[in-house]
Amino acid sequence: MTVESTAARKPRRSSKRTSAVKTTAKTSAKTPQSSEPELVQLLTPEGERLEHPDYSIDLTAEELRGLYRDMVLTRRFDAEATALQRQGELGLWASLLGQEAAQIGSGRALRDDDYVFPTYREHGVAWCRGVDPTNLLGMFRGVNHGGWDPNTNNFHLYTIVIGSQTLHATGYAMGVAKDGADSAVIAYFGDGASSQGDVAESFTFSAVYNAPVVFFCQNNQWAISEPTEKQTRVPLYQRAQGFGFPGVRVDGNDVLACLAVTRSALERARRGEGPTLVEAFTYRMGAHTTSDDPTKYRADEERASWEAKDPILRLRAYLEKEGAADEAFFTALDEESEALGKRVREAVRAMPDPDPIAIFDNVYADGNPLVDEERAQFAAYQASFADTAEEGK
Amino acid sequence: MAMEKMSIAKALNESLRKALDTDPKVLIMGEDVGKLGGVFRITDGLQKDFGEDRVIDTPLAESGIVGTAIGLALRGYRPVVEIQFDGFVFPAYDQIVTQLAKMHARALGKIKLPVVIRIPYGGGIGAVEHHSESPEALFAHVAGLKVVSPSNASDAYWMMQQAVQSDDPIIFFEPKRRYWDKGEVETDSIPGPLHKASLARTGTDLTLVAYGPMVKVCLEAAAAAQEEGKSIEVLDLRSMSPIDFDAIQTSVEKTGRLVVVHEAPVFYGSGAEIAARITERCFYHLEAPVLRVGGYHAPYPPARLEDEYLPGLDRVLDAVDRSLAY
Repeated sequence: MTVESTAARKPRRSSKRTSAVKTTAKTSAKTPQSSEPELVQLLTPEGERLEHPDYSIDLTAEELRGLYRDMVLTRRFDAEATALQRQGELGLWASLLGQEAAQIGSGRALRDDDYVFPTYREHGVAWCRGVDPTNLLGMFRGVNHGGWDPNTNNFHLYTIVIGSQTLHATGYAMGVAKDGADSAVIAYFGDGASSQGDVAESFTFSAVYNAPVVFFCQNNQWAISEPTEKQTRVPLYQRAQGFGFPGVRVDGNDVLACLAVTRSALERARRGEGPTLVEAFTYRMGAHTTSDDPTKYRADEERASWEAKDPILRLRAYLEKEGAADEAFFTALDEESEALGKRVREAVRAMPDPDPIAIFDNVYADGNPLVDEERAQFAAYQASFADTAEEGK
Repeated sequence: MAMEKMSIAKALNESLRKALDTDPKVLIMGEDVGKLGGVFRITDGLQKDFGEDRVIDTPLAESGIVGTAIGLALRGYRPVVEIQFDGFVFPAYDQIVTQLAKMHARALGKIKLPVVIRIPYGGGIGAVEHHSESPEALFAHVAGLKVVSPSNASDAYWMMQQAVQSDDPIIFFEPKRRYWDKGEVETDSIPGPLHKASLARTGTDLTLVAYGPMVKVCLEAAAAAQEEGKSIEVLDLRSMSPIDFDAIQTSVEKTGRLVVVHEAPVFYGSGAEIAARITERCFYHLEAPVLRVGGYHAPYPPARLEDEYLPGLDRVLDAVDRSLAY
């Protein structure tokens, strides 16, 4: 028996909800501003389960506990990374605090053969893909620029320049279609990136070529210090309409809705029906990065209001209400979290600096005589200190 | 041995045709490359023979063209991208410099980016603004990219073959005002490595180094100088990154004098890099400082003035005379 089948259900507010496609059709004659933003929500902040005419989801208790575990461990990993930055072990950290539902929900909607193009904040998606969390920390410690093999987990390298990866995702998806595969591609980006030309171009290309790509925009309300109003005059999901594909806004703090909506968009891509824009409406609870100071530009009350919508608390409330998880589960998860924190801490501290000669590695796939020459000069220069070091003993 | 006389444009077309024919992963992408065959007809007939799936007319968005080419390369394809004109590449400059050039290193070598970016470049065709520029130094400065330019039909054919086969991103500058110059193309055997310079004319008194459209000007200058009893060697660089410094060094050790010629502005141009390196390598062989002939530190001028801006026969000979006067 599934949990959902026993869940108490609120009456559908169907008049307030329509599917993205229907919304597109209905609002086509109006100005974008005139349509009320719709928010797909399947789990309220209080942990009440809702039904939606277009996005149904039916999860077992085990699956629900799995989503909860993913979010808790991701948050724990993230907190550890922030602490490691404060301790001087990392140069920088970009926290995902508050965005766990958006990332775990969308990440768990993916199949193994799907491909992910992340920003630099997709630690939860990386977790879903099976990327070892410690792999994400190398670039923040400064020992590499990423360095994992994207093809091991179909999880591309973190892209720092805003929005660039949406074009890579689109090109990759064009290749998937050429191969006749039924895989899908997902591109992550944020509300700030929505202003980038590359994002607009990726919408154009994916629409024109009907590429199997899902654009997953985490609108966390802030692009460093700039609120979403500085990026757009219309709700971001409505941008899709002008490019000729559906857009949908989902409660980004509702893991069930993020899972259902992303799954639906991925299926649409697999069926050859082209791209979808998903706007996950969420909130960046922490600073942009550890170098940022949000007290300079936003009010504490705003953060407090989003705390009440916390993605983890609402799923916990639901799990408890439904009896889908017992105290032993939560206790075991606490222990697992602490073990993860410890493992990450130890792994980072043990992460060696690269050999300086590695500067010259992998500049070119087929080699380059200039790089070879400079490597040899560098090695000779380094070696010239060997005698000095010897004398110093 | 199959020898055929054809234009540079035809050689590029034949080379791309062969690449499409040989490797099903090769794709052609760009604005108007399909039915029209490109504004210079370099891809003429290719979409007809290989289909819209492999010869792809793209939206008019250069960053999008290069960005999606990167994605296709990550999927295992080998895109050959056309940027319609030199001055139109800059919307794609971020994707080229920030992503294409660095992604292999970012992945510690675990992924490769076999993307060729073809750019018709240079002046001399009486065009409007943005259609006559020579931005090669802006790419040669970037680690992770390789930059080449053929000067004749045979090189056009073979260098394109080699560029498509390269696992590194290649910026392939095509000398647009020479597209219709004809030459013998030997289609059976590869003449030499992609990044090696070739000796276009032997001489003993001075070395002229040039590439792309300026090789022809330098050969004409050498012929004119010969009438005055001066023996000029002309080295066709072919690759602006990496540069075949060994070949330049060998020549300068023989002649003792070097003049570098390119259409691009002299300031921070490839001539500056060559002058510095050759001065280091050949200090005791040099009879004169390395001189440069090229564009000025001004926007490319309106077409009616371009003959004054572009290095022509007289300006090259003037530099030759100045060098020989030391």
